[in-house]
Amino acid sequence: MLHLPILRYGKPYRSVDTATAVHYRTRQPFVEASQANAGLIRRDLARQHEAAAILQGFTTRELIAMAGKASGYFLNDTLPLGDSAQSPQEFVEAVSATTGLPWVMVRRNMAKIAGVLASMETVLMGLTRLPNLDMLDSGVGDIDGRALSFFPRGDSMGVILPSNSPGVHSLWAPAIALKTPLILKPGSSELWTPYRIIQAYVKAGVPAEVFGYYPTSHAGGGEILRGTGRGMLFGDVAAAKAWSGDPRIEIHGPGYSKIILADDGAAGWEKYLDLMVDSVSNNSGRSCVNCSSIWTTGDGRALAEALAERLARIKPTAEDDPNAAVAPLANPDVAKRISAMVDSELDGGAEDLCAKVRGSGRVAEWDGCTYLLPSVIHVPSKEHSLANREFGYPHVSVVQVEPHDLPECLGPTLVCTALTNDKRLHQRLLANPHIGRLNLGPISTMKISWDQPHEGNLFDHLYSRRAFQAVPELVG
Amino acid sequence: MSTATPTDLFVKVQASKERLDAHVREMVEWHFNPETGCPFWLNWAQEAGWDPRKEVTSYADLDKFGNFQDDELRGGPVRRWVPKGLAHRPVYVFETGGSTGVPKSRVQMDDFRIDYENFSETLPDEHFPKGSDWLMLGPSGPRRLRLAVEHLAQHRGGIAFSVDLDPRWVIKLIKRGQIQEAELYKQHCIDQALTILRAHEVKCMFTTPKLLEALCEKINLEKAGIKGVFCGGTEMTPQFHRFAVEELLGPNIYFAPTYGNTLMGLATHKAPEPEDNWAIIYYPPVPRAVLEVVDFDDATKIVGYGETGRVRLTTLTKETFIPRFLERDECEREAPCDQYPWDGVRNVRPFSRFQKSVVEGVY
Repeated sequence: MLHLPILRYGKPYRSVDTATAVHYRTRQPFVEASQANAGLIRRDLARQHEAAAILQGFTTRELIAMAGKASGYFLNDTLPLGDSAQSPQEFVEAVSATTGLPWVMVRRNMAKIAGVLASMETVLMGLTRLPNLDMLDSGVGDIDGRALSFFPRGDSMGVILPSNSPGVHSLWAPAIALKTPLILKPGSSELWTPYRIIQAYVKAGVPAEVFGYYPTSHAGGGEILRGTGRGMLFGDVAAAKAWSGDPRIEIHGPGYSKIILADDGAAGWEKYLDLMVDSVSNNSGRSCVNCSSIWTTGDGRALAEALAERLARIKPTAEDDPNAAVAPLANPDVAKRISAMVDSELDGGAEDLCAKVRGSGRVAEWDGCTYLLPSVIHVPSKEHSLANREFGYPHVSVVQVEPHDLPECLGPTLVCTALTNDKRLHQRLLANPHIGRLNLGPISTMKISWDQPHEGNLFDHLYSRRAFQAVPELVG
Repeated sequence: MSTATPTDLFVKVQASKERLDAHVREMVEWHFNPETGCPFWLNWAQEAGWDPRKEVTSYADLDKFGNFQDDELRGGPVRRWVPKGLAHRPVYVFETGGSTGVPKSRVQMDDFRIDYENFSETLPDEHFPKGSDWLMLGPSGPRRLRLAVEHLAQHRGGIAFSVDLDPRWVIKLIKRGQIQEAELYKQHCIDQALTILRAHEVKCMFTTPKLLEALCEKINLEKAGIKGVFCGGTEMTPQFHRFAVEELLGPNIYFAPTYGNTLMGLATHKAPEPEDNWAIIYYPPVPRAVLEVVDFDDATKIVGYGETGRVRLTTLTKETFIPRFLERDECEREAPCDQYPWDGVRNVRPFSRFQKSVVEGVY
């Protein structure tokens, strides 16, 4: 069986303890990964400063150029994988095998990651808002005659990664260009993408010594977050809550992304159906930027019925189908548990209209796999327990609200697409502190602009600004 | 590497079984004789309506007792466990568990000394030099380990330096999710250890896996003069075994992993061989204690060699009689070897069916 080693500052290490990820259809072991014991991680983290010093030896321009090369290697080249090598197509099939994502979705995520690497200069300009990225090398500069200085908040960034979809890896990938070594804990069934990004960077000239790759237990993940200067955590509500009080950790929990329709937008909802379908179902509903609830001041029932009719067309297909729109769950029990959870809350007038259109439940067996087919829940009020939930499959609630309820009723929202020309509502949305990214106009919640970071700014996370004064001759 | 032939080993195994059966008869006679037994077992026999002294003639006959319930060990009066034949001796009481509720107790007079004197025979003198002083970096308070390690040091002609360490407090912190506080407490223990290592000439030590890791983050033990480390108290994985030998200690410090508890005593490890792939293989101190590996669903059935099951303990000393106690651990059954011609256990770890409820990460 294929074996993935731990990478201890780039050096492969085969652990005695291993864990296997299974193929989503056969349930047979597909890949084995060395598991890092917590003490080994702690021991390695004592050397973070050495990795940081290595990256400080490069200019930002050099690192941006390497990211550009890495983009091409990630997308097109055969790269090392444990003791063997992996072609791009083998990568697609491997990610699909252990996560269930159809090939077309893996390729889409692959393109997203490659896009970030290729656009690193734009990304950094967006993150830093600096007129000149050379300031990242000197640590000082000026904007319109005003002195500016900043410093790294830690020697490395620890990242606890998820297994749901590879696209999230684009969020941490720019850290290298920001001269921050990475200590990665891959998701237990999505071991592939972080490994491949590391290999692409290394082939592009980034020293392997600035990368740590530690498949490990929950406890090992805790050591990574505790032991690195800055951290990033992808996880569920419980994981996010456990670290919510630690300012060193940027938390990526459920997104609760939303579309709101008010005034003219609510009246003309039919023309936004495609946008709504894409926002809900793109990437099989696995992303935090997938829309999980739609809030309208118009006829919620009519909108929900139309959306249900469209989403009910989504059917399981073969993994290599270029039109695949829904992914099976790697663990059938999880599908059944999620569906039972939704069903248990379908009371007080809430109804799954998609199931009604389909004439069948949302758990479907096809070609030996278990799927969660889309659900459109029409809920009777904004207070209903299903009004604002996220389940990791194409699930959306449709909530009819009064105009004065918006936007306060939305709660924490990673991405909010507002379909209205109501300028006063725009102002209220702009002032709302709970919205991570605001799209005014018909923009899918899934559309990401990399110079417009959502859910935290990586530069602000990794660097801090300081007050700075110097006599002119000392700063040239 | 063993040089015994299969026939030699067979003979040794048979001899060991015969010795065990004889020991069982002796212990049953002691514990169920009204002149020498403890009130608990004498009452038990009266209520059970059968006389173990007549019906138990071999180790296998201990099955007639069924599985011992460890709740019997909670609460008082602890004197119900003191054998009448030893009632004139000073009595120690050692506790296990107890972070919440009433801990289990075991009364002892000399068992901890005997167990650790026997264990001492397995320690190589070049790494645990006679006359050397020890650091006991482990639990203090009402724990057997604290006195046992001190006795081990004294038995070998040394003095043991100890730290204050309350594992019950650590478990409470972990259960409350106060991981940072638990880390601080651990550092507090490590600071005590560092002070001892810097102030005294210590060559041997006992510690737990997590404390060993934490200590090695602060100090190079070889440079500090340590020659041998006796490690136990919590689970050790094969990967930890490798990590400890290769990275924490290095080639010049002997690593002696052990499996033990207040009820059993101490199981020593077999010297690792390459084909073991860092598996930790323990052998119990037969005939004073026997470890078996039983089927998860049928605790009367011993699993085959190499198969996984639950650890079952039988303790047979004059001070303590505990037949067929199901431990909260699982492992693989290991075949007898030349040095230990009886069953052993491989890669002991917390019982997977209890894993959600057991908070181990103590010291």
